[in-house]
Amino acid sequence: MAASSDRIPPRLPATEEPGAATPDMADGDSYEGEDIFVNNSVPVAVSRGVSQPDNVNEQTPDLFGEEEAGSTTAKSNGVHSDDDNDLFAEARVELNTPGGSAPKEPSSSSGLRPASSFTTSPAALQPTSLEQMEEDEAEDSFDVDVAVTNPEKVGDGMGAYVAYKVSTRTSLAMFRNKTFSVRRRFSDFLGLYEKLSVKQLLHGYIIPPPPEKSVVGMTKVKVGMDDPSSVEFVERRRGALERYLQRVVSHPSLLQDPDVREFLEREELPRAVSTQALSGAGFLKMINKASDAVNKMTIKMNESDTWFEDKFQEMENEEQQLRKLQAVVDSLVNHRKELCGSTAVFAKSMAMLGNSEDNTALSRALSQLAEVEDKMEQLHQEQAASDFFIFAELLADYIRLMGAMRGCFDQRVRAWQRWQESQSTLQKKRESEAKLLWANKPDKLQQAKEEITEWESRVTQYERDFDRIGRTVRKEVLRFEKEKAKDFKSQIMKYLDAMLQSQQRIVKFWEAFLPEAKAIA
Amino acid sequence: MVKDGDTLTFLIESEKLSGTGVYHVDRTYDDFEWLQQHLFSQEEVSGIQGVIFPPLPVKAQVNASAKVIKQLGILGLGEWRAYCKAMETFVRQIAAHSILGKNNAVEIFLTSSDPPGRQRVRKNIFNRLSQAMEGMRKEGHKDVDEFFQTERDHNLVFTGCAKTAAERFLDVVQTEQKIAVACGHFSTALRLCVEQGEDPDKLDFSKVCVKLSEVFDSIQKNVTSVAENNVSTLGLGLDLESRYQEAEKEMLYRRTCKLVELETTRRNAEKAKPVKKAAMEEVKKAAETEFDHISGVAKEEIARLQAARVKMLQQALVQWCEKQLLTAKESADQFDQHLQAFRGMA
Repeated sequence: MAASSDRIPPRLPATEEPGAATPDMADGDSYEGEDIFVNNSVPVAVSRGVSQPDNVNEQTPDLFGEEEAGSTTAKSNGVHSDDDNDLFAEARVELNTPGGSAPKEPSSSSGLRPASSFTTSPAALQPTSLEQMEEDEAEDSFDVDVAVTNPEKVGDGMGAYVAYKVSTRTSLAMFRNKTFSVRRRFSDFLGLYEKLSVKQLLHGYIIPPPPEKSVVGMTKVKVGMDDPSSVEFVERRRGALERYLQRVVSHPSLLQDPDVREFLEREELPRAVSTQALSGAGFLKMINKASDAVNKMTIKMNESDTWFEDKFQEMENEEQQLRKLQAVVDSLVNHRKELCGSTAVFAKSMAMLGNSEDNTALSRALSQLAEVEDKMEQLHQEQAASDFFIFAELLADYIRLMGAMRGCFDQRVRAWQRWQESQSTLQKKRESEAKLLWANKPDKLQQAKEEITEWESRVTQYERDFDRIGRTVRKEVLRFEKEKAKDFKSQIMKYLDAMLQSQQRIVKFWEAFLPEAKAIA
Repeated sequence: MVKDGDTLTFLIESEKLSGTGVYHVDRTYDDFEWLQQHLFSQEEVSGIQGVIFPPLPVKAQVNASAKVIKQLGILGLGEWRAYCKAMETFVRQIAAHSILGKNNAVEIFLTSSDPPGRQRVRKNIFNRLSQAMEGMRKEGHKDVDEFFQTERDHNLVFTGCAKTAAERFLDVVQTEQKIAVACGHFSTALRLCVEQGEDPDKLDFSKVCVKLSEVFDSIQKNVTSVAENNVSTLGLGLDLESRYQEAEKEMLYRRTCKLVELETTRRNAEKAKPVKKAAMEEVKKAAETEFDHISGVAKEEIARLQAARVKMLQQALVQWCEKQLLTAKESADQFDQHLQAFRGMA
């Protein structure tokens, strides 16, 4: 039909665009689109990634494929004409728009001139064409460093909470300053996750999951932050939050999301409310529910690309293995803690022995021994912490991440199903058109024709979506695996370093004790 | 040492000081007991009750019951190496003892190619000791000699301390063993994570897993070494110390019993009717003499023990320290190597 389906911007059923909706109709659009973009080139923010796509598409159908968000970014909040705003308000909800955030792929289609023009606009910051973005990524130059520190209890009693200091250091121009920090509480982190999920998940990105809620843990902290288990709990959480943020900012697409920036920069964040769903069990349930829904759909996906099937299987296996590892690490950590305890008790018994000993040299040696053992206990304590924080948490993180990955795969299947459904709807519309033709009802016919055109465009859109998601998921998986290897390696080196240090300290202890032992006459 | 079904047979090699030959014999636990019984029953040796008898470890079997394992303590760990050492110490102590070493039984035990007789030895001083009830009362009996009273009090405290220390040390060692096992599991589980295929990132991760599993193998070796060092040096030392303190306690108790007996004979002599008086006086004198002998021997034994145990503990501590130091250095080296390897992998 006319207008290569390309030109017909994707209209999701959900969005009923007001006026500005006209852009649908191919031709005149590009112009309009361009206008819009020119407006938008007031750089400011990296847009709500999602919102962009529509506009983008309108004007650069080519962009469709993977065109990047760099472009989409151009939108900042209040800067546009009203209808744009509307557009975006709606658009924000539609996730299924192509382009989403940075699928760093050089635009497949050639004529992306318009693309480059507005790719430059958004962030004045990065006059990054996609190619450049890719290059940056390849060089691994993540110029954003995030740290979560200083947990402090705020308030008292059951209303108390812990506020963390989130410090960012960056050379990216999209941020207002080079270094800055804000205070955030746990629910803020959960809120960020929720916002990101809503927007990004449908693109097929792996959204790093935040640490889980823990009523027990938090209650203890609320009551008083003094005992060691509370301290441990807070430290665990702090570490987990830090890793969570680091993963978010190291994901090139997620970094572009304005919510992320807002989280890092803005002084006061509105309280995030709907964080109910995100307790540990809740998170898992959410993922599993999605999987179930997918499984129950009547149209089973016939996988044309075995890559996905294989990968999915691999992932499931790997998740199992990680769980096993986690169980072993847990028992290891417990034994270490036990060793702390028994060493301490032993030290005491030696001290007593030393006390009742008549022979002075022996007595002194025994007391020394007791001290050495005390120091060992200290060491073992730290060793246990090290085992725990490094390995156990690492494994837990990755198990959660794999859950998130499964979510992505499911999204892809959903996209496929949407596509299939739209195809069957289109078919039905065509059939009804044929019927109308036969029945000769011209007015209804016109409507039917319109509907057909609409659905044709949808079919194309969904097909594109599906492809896009597929590509994105593939990339995400590869990226994930790279990151995983890197992550594990760096954690292991940290661990080895700690082990080496503790062994060296042990050597010193023994060297100090030896002369005492020899001196016993 | 050899396992033979349920019983453990020990191979003893000994060399005569006079240089007349080297002897190899095998003995089972029962033989050791025989030796011990013979030594106990030397009633003819005056003052024998003042001797602190080298303690024989509890009988061990291949499939020992939980109760026996508990009694064995640190000796029950592992492949009976520690147990062997303890048995060896027992024999050495006896052979080196000025009084005990002279007994025939010792020679027979060490040199005869046939196992010494297994007949149940008749009543001996130890049988007398096992009258528990009576024992309780006598233990608290006040002494006439300040040296001994002090020694008894001190021994009481010390026996408890030593036993506790030995038990706590056992706990430590057992936990270390658990850690070693867990490390082994982790290492195995990691190897299972290795994937086939040519995907470079997957290979990368697999390599990481393999290397990490090697690291944990090292850690496992380290912890196992530490535990072994613990057992073979300080563990044995504490165990011996604790058993010797018990042996001293028994000796002191025997002496106390004799004291009670002596005081009884004195009273009898005093209260005796003239007819019996002379006889009672005889008995009294005999008791006094024996008691003095016992006390004399006891004093020597105590002094000997003090010197010996300090030396023994010193040796144990020094060896323990040296071994652990060596193990720690080796481990540090290994970790360093692993660390370098990982860095190289990046």
